[in-house]
Amino acid sequence: MKEYKTITEISGPLVFAEVDKPIGYDEMVEIETEDGEIRRGQVLESEDGLVAIQVFEGTSGIDKNAFVRFQGETLKMKLTENLLGRVLSGSGEPIDGGPPIEPDERRDIVGAAINPYAREYPEEFIQTGVSAIDGMNTLVRGQKLPIFSGSGLPHNELALQIARQASVPEEEEGGDDSEFAVIFGAMGITAEEANEFMDDFERTGALERSVVFMNLADDPAVERTVTPRMALTTAEYLAFDKDYHVLVILTDMTNYCEALREIGAAREEVPGRRGYPGYMYTDLAQLYERAGRIQGREGSVTQIPILTMPGDDDTHPIPDLTGYITEGQIYVDRDLNSQGVQPPVNVLPSLSRLMDDGIGEGLTREDHADVSDQMYAAYAEGEDLRDLVNIVGREALSDRDNKYLDFADEFESGFVDQGFNTNRDIGETLDIGWDLLSTLPEAELNRIDEELIEKYYGGDESVEEEATAD
Amino acid sequence: MSQADTTVREDGIIDSVSGPVVTAVDLDARMNDVVYVGDEGLMGEVIEIEGDITTIQVYEETSGVGPGEPVENTGDPLTVDLGPGVLDTIYDGVQRPLDVLQEKMNSAFLDRGVDAPGIDLEKEWEFTPEVEEGDTVEAGDVVGTVPETVTIEHKVLVPPNSEGGEVVAIEAGEFTVEETVVELDSGEEIRMRQEWPVREARPAGDKKTPTEPLLTGQRVQDGLFPIAKGGTAAIPGPFGSGKTVTQQQLAKWSDADIVVYIGCGERGNEMTEVIEDFPELPDPQTGNPLMARTTLIANTSNMPVAARESCVYTGITIAEYYRDMGYDVALMADSTSRWAEAMREISSRLEEMPGEEGYPAYLAARLSQFYERAGYFDNINGTEGSISVVGAVSPPGGDFSEPVTQNTLRIVKCFWALDADLAERRHFPSINWNESYSLYREQLDPWFEENVADDWAEVRQWAVDTLDEEGELQEIVQLVGKDALPEDQQLTLEVARYLREAWLQQNAFHDVDTYCEPDKTYLILTTIKTFNDEAFDALEAGVPVEEITDIDALPRINRIGVQEDYEAYMDELKDDIAAQLRELY
Ligand SMILES: Nc1ncnc2c1ncn2[C@@H]1O[C@H](COP(=O)(O)OP(=O)(O)OP(=O)(O)O)[C@@H](O)[C@H]1O
Ligand SMILES: [Mg+2]
Repeated sequence: MKEYKTITEISGPLVFAEVDKPIGYDEMVEIETEDGEIRRGQVLESEDGLVAIQVFEGTSGIDKNAFVRFQGETLKMKLTENLLGRVLSGSGEPIDGGPPIEPDERRDIVGAAINPYAREYPEEFIQTGVSAIDGMNTLVRGQKLPIFSGSGLPHNELALQIARQASVPEEEEGGDDSEFAVIFGAMGITAEEANEFMDDFERTGALERSVVFMNLADDPAVERTVTPRMALTTAEYLAFDKDYHVLVILTDMTNYCEALREIGAAREEVPGRRGYPGYMYTDLAQLYERAGRIQGREGSVTQIPILTMPGDDDTHPIPDLTGYITEGQIYVDRDLNSQGVQPPVNVLPSLSRLMDDGIGEGLTREDHADVSDQMYAAYAEGEDLRDLVNIVGREALSDRDNKYLDFADEFESGFVDQGFNTNRDIGETLDIGWDLLSTLPEAELNRIDEELIEKYYGGDESVEEEATAD
Repeated sequence: MSQADTTVREDGIIDSVSGPVVTAVDLDARMNDVVYVGDEGLMGEVIEIEGDITTIQVYEETSGVGPGEPVENTGDPLTVDLGPGVLDTIYDGVQRPLDVLQEKMNSAFLDRGVDAPGIDLEKEWEFTPEVEEGDTVEAGDVVGTVPETVTIEHKVLVPPNSEGGEVVAIEAGEFTVEETVVELDSGEEIRMRQEWPVREARPAGDKKTPTEPLLTGQRVQDGLFPIAKGGTAAIPGPFGSGKTVTQQQLAKWSDADIVVYIGCGERGNEMTEVIEDFPELPDPQTGNPLMARTTLIANTSNMPVAARESCVYTGITIAEYYRDMGYDVALMADSTSRWAEAMREISSRLEEMPGEEGYPAYLAARLSQFYERAGYFDNINGTEGSISVVGAVSPPGGDFSEPVTQNTLRIVKCFWALDADLAERRHFPSINWNESYSLYREQLDPWFEENVADDWAEVRQWAVDTLDEEGELQEIVQLVGKDALPEDQQLTLEVARYLREAWLQQNAFHDVDTYCEPDKTYLILTTIKTFNDEAFDALEAGVPVEEITDIDALPRINRIGVQEDYEAYMDELKDDIAAQLRELY
């Protein structure tokens, strides 16, 4: 391997060096500073004679006297089933004091695209035990469903609750959920948040079936661009080579995108919206699309990326581009949070696009789709009326309107607010749904099949008459 | 993509690599030539020539590719293979069949450097001649037919750039697409397979004013904002508002002969869904599997960006080919914004001067060139064929003022604006009835009046007026509450609510409701209008509005959509509504 001492320029996270032989795009690089410290980096651009290198651990301390060594290959992740239970740095090195990783295989972290022809459409219901998700925005195996949150909101609690409770109903019966694994990729989160996760993992014994990648707030920003790729390469290996059902939690995607912006700026690229690179959609898609199922393979990769929306604004490029790629989104809401609703999920803007095929008779329950539809409509109507009530007061509203107002309140307190430690099965969730719907007159349930109304509707005719009488 | 007999010209050497953009020196090439890049032979296309430097966009990932590696020129532009076998196939953006790639790569993941012809070169097809020896044929003429799928008879055409001539030999029977089936006196040999460069429109005669609707089976579209066969439409909307579901509904239920569905930079699972569903679902016209009339092009968001740029051209060229056979083709592109972004990404790597929001200055020109390839045409062989193009647009932040939406709106004649608010309250399809429009409405009215009901336009106008009035009343309601309105206005609100819930809303996931024929669309409207007319009579006779809106029959209006035997249901319902209301006075 040839060593160069040819650095010509250092700019932000980038180092430029002259070379006399061709260097491949994305190739790995080691830079050794004069005092013997080794930094790792990656070739971003290679033009005959000059390469641009992005240095993961930051460029501070590097000068023109540093040595540059090209590794002749792209960045690889060391893979083995024994990664389960390990805690690694953001670039895949053990930081738990355990033994070095003895890989069975080393794999390129960029990851090839799954051939759409080879995919299997995800339709296996995952019960998270959270009513707002299971009932209204059902998650399925192989889905990518992000949490859209804001700073200071309990998105981590929600993610942990899902990681703890996630199960597939038939497995519960069979008693075999050993093939479930969690991959946790942290990007730029605070040590405190990291502890929150680690404590929960240790307390619940989840660590044994987890692989943790930690890039903390004070770790190099550039490293964040490789952390999710390391995590996803591991996930694909466990899912498609070792038959695990893998749940990948990536947090916080906002920090990842900031790192992309930083690199873009250092390369003096023409920036896109709000300074983020024009290729951010493609870049994010290359992460999020690494979820799914493949025909003929047992395992699956399910992704729950978490992002904090700057200024709670979902038109900001990070949530916006994410929403355009993922299969829905779960909104964590500031108002609900301040009302003490736990988890504070706002179901109205939330969506699971893979829900329709994952629910119904034989999968969840025959009434699931209709109940969810009707609750959406009713809650939306109640929500609308709240604005009006502020102006004209409850008395000015019709009886029908008042019922919808009550419905909205009950929906939040009875259905959504279940606490972070309650695990509801889908039957329980739907039954609560019927309790709520039964407060509305039967004729209002126009989205529910008549037979289902007959079977489940518990509305009391006498109550209804009483209401119309006064 | 074709692997045609290629005259290899001078090879070059890679000079630099930056993502999908590679420059080469010493390459003797023309603009848009297809080249093979690097030791692995990755497919690319020449997009700029400056002095000795040739710039190439590469249709595959370039990690690990470095300067010094060779570049080989095929000397041919990017073409598609056309012939039997295009239907019932799923391609990537450069027309490589994804099933063949999976087999050749022996992997569920897309590897690099593997090419495959767009149509199976070994398969034999039953060719039935349509001409005889001694006949004179010209470019575009049909020389024979092949049963391509259970639904579609493939017409074998004299290639558009042929000089034509007299038929001197003709075959009948089983042949591969590369075998000669017809020979002309000029020595030209006609095969079932032909090639066409994707960036060039196939020749056609004049465009005609479309007068026939492309029926969509969707009430809000057929009823309020119809598109013509040969028309263009845009579906802009923020994420999750229903662009893909709408496009898939059109692919499933529209009365086109052929459907070309392009997944351009969108999700893998969405394409998988189509691949799994379409072979199972029946074509509403023939009852055959939908796939038998469909070609899919899937260049998902994580597949190479340059192939995303080319996938819309691959799709529209295939559409033109079937148009030339005299078919009505519907093309959906989901999403044209991703295509525009691919242009932007490549343009910025070329360091071109950016236009608005970083998009290249030629964005508007490319969009209009693309939509211009739609239309209702007189074909060069004397038949008529059409291409209807429906493009999804994904505006950043859902803001329609951005360049792709705006430039698209200048071209297309149908605007189906999706609305996040409607989607949020699960009003689907979330097509906003105030913002959307169709410039085809008037020119299609005669068709609907003749084929559905002679008061089609009139009844629709009533619906439009009622919805408009509701919009105005809602603003007042927001301030004072509904009960403060006079009774007739309260009644209008109630009627409008049924228009929204029973007519405009349509559940794509309900077995019956998912498709609504024009007759049903019309009848639902007349049922609601019956209620309207009877209710106003009752009101005039002094019946309080609460009593009118409380009759038993009304909730049944919202269940019409899911009725299979809708005529009987609605007849009874209309009678019941009238009877119950008249009982009140
Ligand atoms: N006609 C419809 N009937 C029932 N549900 C619908 C309909 N249209 C849309 N939906 C619902 O809305 C969800 C989102 O729709 P869709 O995936 O088409 O959005 P999109 O506009 O394509 O979003 P993106 O830009 O992110 O791709 C669907 O998964 C479905 O739940
Ligand atoms: Mg979509």
